Amino acid sequence: MSAAGAPLATRKTAPDSAAEAIHIENLHKKFGQLHVLKGVSMSARDGDVVAIIGGSGSGKSTLLRCINCLENPTSGIIRVNGEEIRLKADSHGNTVPADRRQIERIRSKLGMVFQSFNLWSHMTLIENVIEVPVHVLGVKREEAIATAEKLLARVGLAEKRDVYPAFLSGGQQQRGAIARALAIQPRVMLFDEPTSALDPELVGEVLRVIGDLAHEGRTMILVTHEMKFAREVASHVIYLYNGLVEEEGPPEQIFGAPKSERLKQFIRNIG
Amino acid sequence: MSIDLVNTTRTQRALGWLQPHRIGLIAIGIALFGSAVYFMRWDWIPNYYDLALQGIWRTIWIMLVTAVLGFLLAVPLGLAQAVGPWWLAWPANAFCTVIRGTPLLLQLWLLYYGLGSLFPQFPAIRQSWLWPYLRQAWPYAVLALTLSTGGYVGEVMRGAFAGVPHGQLEAARAYGMRRWKIFRRIWFPQAVQRALPTLGGESVLLLKATPLVATITVVDIYAVASRVRQDTYIVYEPLLLLALIYLCITGIIVFIFRRLEARIPTRVG
Repeated sequence: MSAAGAPLATRKTAPDSAAEAIHIENLHKKFGQLHVLKGVSMSARDGDVVAIIGGSGSGKSTLLRCINCLENPTSGIIRVNGEEIRLKADSHGNTVPADRRQIERIRSKLGMVFQSFNLWSHMTLIENVIEVPVHVLGVKREEAIATAEKLLARVGLAEKRDVYPAFLSGGQQQRGAIARALAIQPRVMLFDEPTSALDPELVGEVLRVIGDLAHEGRTMILVTHEMKFAREVASHVIYLYNGLVEEEGPPEQIFGAPKSERLKQFIRNIG
Repeated sequence: MSIDLVNTTRTQRALGWLQPHRIGLIAIGIALFGSAVYFMRWDWIPNYYDLALQGIWRTIWIMLVTAVLGFLLAVPLGLAQAVGPWWLAWPANAFCTVIRGTPLLLQLWLLYYGLGSLFPQFPAIRQSWLWPYLRQAWPYAVLALTLSTGGYVGEVMRGAFAGVPHGQLEAARAYGMRRWKIFRRIWFPQAVQRALPTLGGESVLLLKATPLVATITVVDIYAVASRVRQDTYIVYEPLLLLALIYLCITGIIVFIFRRLEARIPTRVG
């Protein structure tokens, strides 16, 4: 997928021997009559940073949300760390996870960051960060707190640990949400337009945190509108158009020498 | 201004609070209280002291028990209406509508005179261990008030459950929380926080619905006041004292809910 030893990338691509973290094959998703994904295939190996770009309604968020079954795919194959998510048809003919426990286990290895932060508003920041480790993963409370304090310090929120989300700025909330996702020690981080709901002056602080994670070799899948950022941190870029992969490749190729007419136009319009 | 406040002593602050209009209002209050004590008849109080205390106690425990039981009933009712399948949502909605659409006095009498006269016809019930309780009036009072509270608060909880932001529940799902855990850790606490001001109001309304139990022979504090009137032909003084007692209990309820609300971390606006 990535050209061996592409020297121009600002970020090293994962070696070809790296294990496949996410594998998606021929994924379809319909919302009633609306056919959002029409057979998307993609994969990410350990250490990859995959940026998914595309216009509104192209299906990029739906694709990301299918990975942890927040949206149930209509058909297709999803493998996370080599484990295929088992799906079945329910009584209404919808596809649902066949094994709830399996999907819960897989989800607890995927650190999701939402566009609208979605911090739990009745808990302080540190309670948000330790919630899943303590109550889902069974980590001891003291250990979880120690880890959470380190993570909060990392995203620059050490002194906000006992503050409720309502009293934080959007950028702070999103950085807190990233700390919450990191606390589960995820195999893969999933970012769903993490800066789209932020005031322009707050975007930078969140992108810096995400950029740091990318540079330390974390596996990430990133749905974003920040093209400049995608070009800097991604090892692989996927351009979705109308529910299909229109073009994909290393960022230099996608942004520097796009082949498809639609991608050229998309980059012109957004750039 | 704020610097002054920090540096002033307690006595100085007390003196600052005592402004002329406050002194005037306090004087009027004392005068009213004094004249009530001096000009009205209170000599009956010692005779009814024990009965009144029992009545207050009965009012309070009926209110507490029905508030707790009613809330326990309201949670599934609200949940069923907010997110349940139609075969749960529909009966729950019907129950709340019927309860909210009929007078509590009617419900109380239907239960007491209806069930109360139905039960003795079954020997099985008469011989069961429940019979000593079912012969008394208070189980019917507690049942009627519980159903009523459940109906009203069920409607409140429906809105509260539906009002918890969907994204926060989705975040819990995305991290692999199980359904029951999402409910216990995220959904329910936030719904209660949202409903808290309304729940305080419902509790006060419940307190003031309790005198109706006097109509089915439960001797609460209201029934004691009626007894005083029947025995002594003194009308006004017991009612005045009764008003004061309800006001005090209401004050306690409001205070408790204020304290609970103060712990909610949401910022308004």
